[in-house]
Amino acid sequence: MTEYWRWKEYRWHDEEVDWRAGELVTAGVDVGSVSSQAVVMVDGELYAFSSMRTGSDSPESARKAMDWAMEGTGLTLDDVGFVVGTGYGRVNVPFSDKAITEIACHARGANYMYGPGVRTVLDMGGQDCKVIRCDERGKVSAFVMNDKCAAGTGRGMEVFADLLAIPIEEVGELSLQVEEEPPPVSCTCVVFAKSEATALLREGWPKSKVLAAYCSAMAHRVVTLLEQVGVEEEFAITGGIAKNIGIVRRLEDEIGVKAQSAKYDTQIAGGLGGALFAQSLLKKKLNAN
Amino acid sequence: MKAHYGYKDGAGDFFIIIDTDKCAGCEDRGCASACPEGVLEIITDDYDDLVAAVVEDHRKKIKYSCAPCKPDRDRAPLPCVAACAPGALTHSW
Repeated sequence: MTEYWRWKEYRWHDEEVDWRAGELVTAGVDVGSVSSQAVVMVDGELYAFSSMRTGSDSPESARKAMDWAMEGTGLTLDDVGFVVGTGYGRVNVPFSDKAITEIACHARGANYMYGPGVRTVLDMGGQDCKVIRCDERGKVSAFVMNDKCAAGTGRGMEVFADLLAIPIEEVGELSLQVEEEPPPVSCTCVVFAKSEATALLREGWPKSKVLAAYCSAMAHRVVTLLEQVGVEEEFAITGGIAKNIGIVRRLEDEIGVKAQSAKYDTQIAGGLGGALFAQSLLKKKLNAN
Repeated sequence: MKAHYGYKDGAGDFFIIIDTDKCAGCEDRGCASACPEGVLEIITDDYDDLVAAVVEDHRKKIKYSCAPCKPDRDRAPLPCVAACAPGALTHSW
């Protein structure tokens, strides 16, 4: 059976960099509700990362993500000077030296990815959405989270990809192929949204129109969060949903602010922030000795 | 960052709000010892700074934990707020 929700798991490392020549090798492991990422940095520069699905066992997911990020590099855990665990499973990273909230890590990761001008970060994750205000160092000044529900999150989008039998990577693009924007579906609950979408399909709505209605609902739900904190430019989006152009475009239209374009995979922001925190903490530790 | 510890319910908003930027610069940290109920503690935050925080066990009953310091009348300044030299600590109710 085709699993339309299944997004691509992958790893990367910079083959031009020799980590042995670096002084500070640090890592951030972001064990989220849906995906896990391990990011390795050498002297504050991105060196390697992996992005994979979180299993039912958080410590095992953390280990697998870290092993995969280090695969083919000659790195072992003993070579990594400091590891920060973050995300929902941050306390379940058995090899971490410190656990730091994903809110702080995403802000710091976004600061690295998009530059010090970023003031508002929208983290659209697998299970929740957070709006984070930060300063020029990526330090959190305020944040707000969504209510407990998968509607408006990555998991909700996975449910819709499966319902409509559309590969998740194509959902955003397809949702934009409508002549007129349909009214949004209910987005109070992903189960209600799914049943409403099923009814619309029975009425004969094309898949693109149903997706447009759901993407629009998701964007609107996030906008209410953004309004609570206030959008200050520059504005950046992190997390898996940042790759969904259908939601990003609608979000931008509704708030009237354009999101920064990403140079890196938006899903690694949390792990990247963790690795940056790890670097600062390792320096502090070495200076103290 | 203004960290909010507490909850809101039908009776109102019950939060102790700590401005961690102001709090991190304080060396006195008299707030924790000033609280007769042991509501406050000093923790290391995400930025490796020592800051005051509300003890986990008190977060969902903060209205009742703080009640002895909040009589109906002749209310004296709250000990924790009075002891907070940088003015980083406030109560929402």
